[in-house]
Amino acid sequence: MNLDFAQLVPSIPYILYGIWVTLQFVAVSLVLGFLWGTVLSLFKIGKVTILRWFADAYTSVFRGTPLILQMLIIYYAVPQLTGMDIGAFTAGVLTFALNSAAYISEIIRAGINAVDKGQKEAAIALGVPYRSMMLKIILPQAMKNILPALMNEFITLTKESAIVSVIGALDIMRRAQIVGASNYRFFEPLLLAGLIYYLLVMMLTLTGRVMERRLAKSD
Amino acid sequence: MIDVNGLRKSFGPSEVLKGITTKISKGEVIAVIGPSGSGKSTFLRCLNLLETHNAGSIKIDGKEIDQLESNLRKKIGMVFQHFNLFPHLTVLENITFAPQQVLKTNKKEAEKNALELLQAVGLSDKAHAYPSRLSGGQKQRVAIARALAMNPEIMLFDEPTSALDPEMVKEVLQVMKNLVKTGMTMVIVTHEMGFAKEVADRVLFMDDGRLVEDEQPAIFFENPKTERAQVFLEKVL
Repeated sequence: MNLDFAQLVPSIPYILYGIWVTLQFVAVSLVLGFLWGTVLSLFKIGKVTILRWFADAYTSVFRGTPLILQMLIIYYAVPQLTGMDIGAFTAGVLTFALNSAAYISEIIRAGINAVDKGQKEAAIALGVPYRSMMLKIILPQAMKNILPALMNEFITLTKESAIVSVIGALDIMRRAQIVGASNYRFFEPLLLAGLIYYLLVMMLTLTGRVMERRLAKSD
Repeated sequence: MIDVNGLRKSFGPSEVLKGITTKISKGEVIAVIGPSGSGKSTFLRCLNLLETHNAGSIKIDGKEIDQLESNLRKKIGMVFQHFNLFPHLTVLENITFAPQQVLKTNKKEAEKNALELLQAVGLSDKAHAYPSRLSGGQKQRVAIARALAMNPEIMLFDEPTSALDPEMVKEVLQVMKNLVKTGMTMVIVTHEMGFAKEVADRVLFMDDGRLVEDEQPAIFFENPKTERAQVFLEKVL
């Protein structure tokens, strides 16, 4: 065994700061992805053919190509085509938001479709307008179906966020690699990074369970 | 009040309603009976536009109904076979939701009205319970109260007791009988022949998408004219 964690100690704060970067990255991507995903899901269940077609094609493309490819295209193509410089963080957030929106839109669409058709009929028979029917009757019930899958997507996003290290964003992963390269010892910092990711994912899992329990109060 | 003329409805290639013509007057209680698949429920659902008919016309107080006339829908209450209560709302919220959203009744008044309705259906003590805590019969009584909270002029019932355990049927029928006494116009799709005989002013017997008999219950049940009605009654009575 050739392990020396003592050498790692001075670099620990540097790696830990990556948590903040990763969390920021994931949080912004999540919020944007969720909003855009909700819009896409409404396109999918809506009556406007062109929007439905667009949302389906969008989902198909983003699910059908590698995430890392999407990120590299956004990171390199945007400056080349528009002349605008785009930072690694921005490119990463943009990629993850656009990509996870495709998955989230499918999750939400399935959740809405799983709500009993009688709920919609009851609301219609009472003369409730479409907007309040969706917001107050259908979506709250859909959330219960959606939450476990959504939490899964959030966990995936947290883990996959490590690939922004490829374009040089200073997240947990990238910092662990930098520390490894400067000490010529990779195993220890990577182990630490792994531990951090694992704890982050556990926290998300627990949060999801608490939220599910709260939503289940009417059962 | 309701004037149905040559009503036709198809689902894909199969025609479920093959020209229904009838009139329903204010205060009348109509029982719609017939074998399953005869188009009873579809007929009822056409009356409040849950299904759009392909041909013919439905007029309520002389006005043609179509999707744009959402005001007409406020006049019509509907009770479903499977209750369709909103599971994430309490009993009280179920009843006050539509009055607040649609009629813009303020919360206090909607709740006062809801509590009166709950008393009328014998469920005052369940106001703050969630639907999952209620028995089938209780759910259906809440559903009736929910529909009544919109002050409808017509109440439609789509097999309101078909999904209930036998011992719960009576309590729901009792609530409906009380409603009959108030003079409410009611159209009831039902398999409860005893109930139809007792409370209905007219029985509409449907078979294979057609209105086969339109008769007073005393005459229909004692002396059905058509062979199809005779065969049906032999099976169910």
